[in-house]
Amino acid sequence: MISKDFDFEKSIKELEKIANSLENEQISLEDSIALFEKGVKLSKDCSDYLEAAKQRIISLSKAEEE
Amino acid sequence: MLNTITVSQLNAYVKSLIENDPHLTFVNVSGEISNFKNHFSSGHWYFTLKDKNASLRCVMFRSAASRVKFEVEDGLAVTLKGRVSLYEKDGQYQFYAEEMHPIGEGDLALQFKQVKEKLEAEGLFDAQSKRPLAKYPKRIAVITSDTGAAVKDILNITSSRFPNCEIVMCPVLVQGDMAAQDMIKTLDRVYALDNIDTIIIGRGGGSAEDLHCFNDEALARKIYESPFPVISAVGHETDFTICDFVADIRASTPSHAAELAVPDIRELKSRISGYEDLLNSRMLFKYNLYDMQLKSLQNRVSVTNFERVYQKKQLDIDKITTKISDTVNKKLQDEISATSNLIARIDALSPLKVMSRGFSVVTKNDSFVASVNKLNVGDNVVIKFNDGKVKGNVTDILKK
Repeated sequence: MISKDFDFEKSIKELEKIANSLENEQISLEDSIALFEKGVKLSKDCSDYLEAAKQRIISLSKAEEE
Repeated sequence: MLNTITVSQLNAYVKSLIENDPHLTFVNVSGEISNFKNHFSSGHWYFTLKDKNASLRCVMFRSAASRVKFEVEDGLAVTLKGRVSLYEKDGQYQFYAEEMHPIGEGDLALQFKQVKEKLEAEGLFDAQSKRPLAKYPKRIAVITSDTGAAVKDILNITSSRFPNCEIVMCPVLVQGDMAAQDMIKTLDRVYALDNIDTIIIGRGGGSAEDLHCFNDEALARKIYESPFPVISAVGHETDFTICDFVADIRASTPSHAAELAVPDIRELKSRISGYEDLLNSRMLFKYNLYDMQLKSLQNRVSVTNFERVYQKKQLDIDKITTKISDTVNKKLQDEISATSNLIARIDALSPLKVMSRGFSVVTKNDSFVASVNKLNVGDNVVIKFNDGKVKGNVTDILKK
């Protein structure tokens, strides 16, 4: 279950950065594996976030109470 | 002989004549405004309407003036609807205007033009004050009628494109005299919230009159103040309102506004799977690269190669070990023989050995006597031999 505070924008940006940085040959094998694992986790989180969505509609007065 | 009457009586009479003339009771008169004065405390308007050859004093009372939507200024060509009467105090006849309409264009068109020019001059439409929209909004406030087609379109599109975004529904009047005020009040409530990413304000298509509330100057200023990016979506593609100019971005329709406001989930999913593919292929590439490097290293350090090196090193070590042990042994032998020589020499020098060859030692008071100078006649001496000693007395000293 994906948390309510999940920052999709930040996550997809980081995923993009990791996917691009793996191209860099200067990165060691250990670092590459760590990045790869992080990237896989981010891509799963992002997918989960999109899958779990169901539009919530609230009234202005409800929003004011929150 | 005519009766003499007062000025007041005359003016009152002329006034009654004018006011009873049906042709002067409902008049449409056109001309150009000059000497326009908006009386600051009463709110009544005083001006002159003129054409090439003539001019007419006009009054427009506050109640009538407040219904005029556009800005009145000298030089404006207008049609006035009203009546003629006489101002008894100075005997001037004047026109009491009930309505005022611009000539050549509609009231609304003129108002639109005027507000647009004014706000544009103040910089409210400047490109540098436009903000970018949130890419992945979490919450959008939708300010429109809750019964129109606009709200349905917006909800349909946002829910299918990006259901992660929450919608805050803010129902408002979107036409009529109360609409602008209602939207301003609602905007103030939305501005007080702190977690809104984007505001969509607008309505579906309608007549120019229907859409006119979106040309309201105060509403435009309120939108300009927004702490959140605003998408304006009023009417159809061809409709432009002041709100469109002052908002951060204009959408041609409410549906278009929804598309601008949220990303498309299908696009996002394909982007994510694209990143996954990149991760996998680049990791695989890296793996293969390292695998190749490893194999080439393994070839260079092959097992046979290693054994040969090992054996050679073993031989070297053996040689060195033997050399070391030889050197150490030789050194040890040398030391041992040197020591035995020394012992033999020490032994040869031993006094006992000398005495055994027939020498004897003279002592006096237990001290060796090495010289005749140490002795005097009469001294008692002991002479030690290898096998015993004798005592004697010095009777004579013969020096060499």
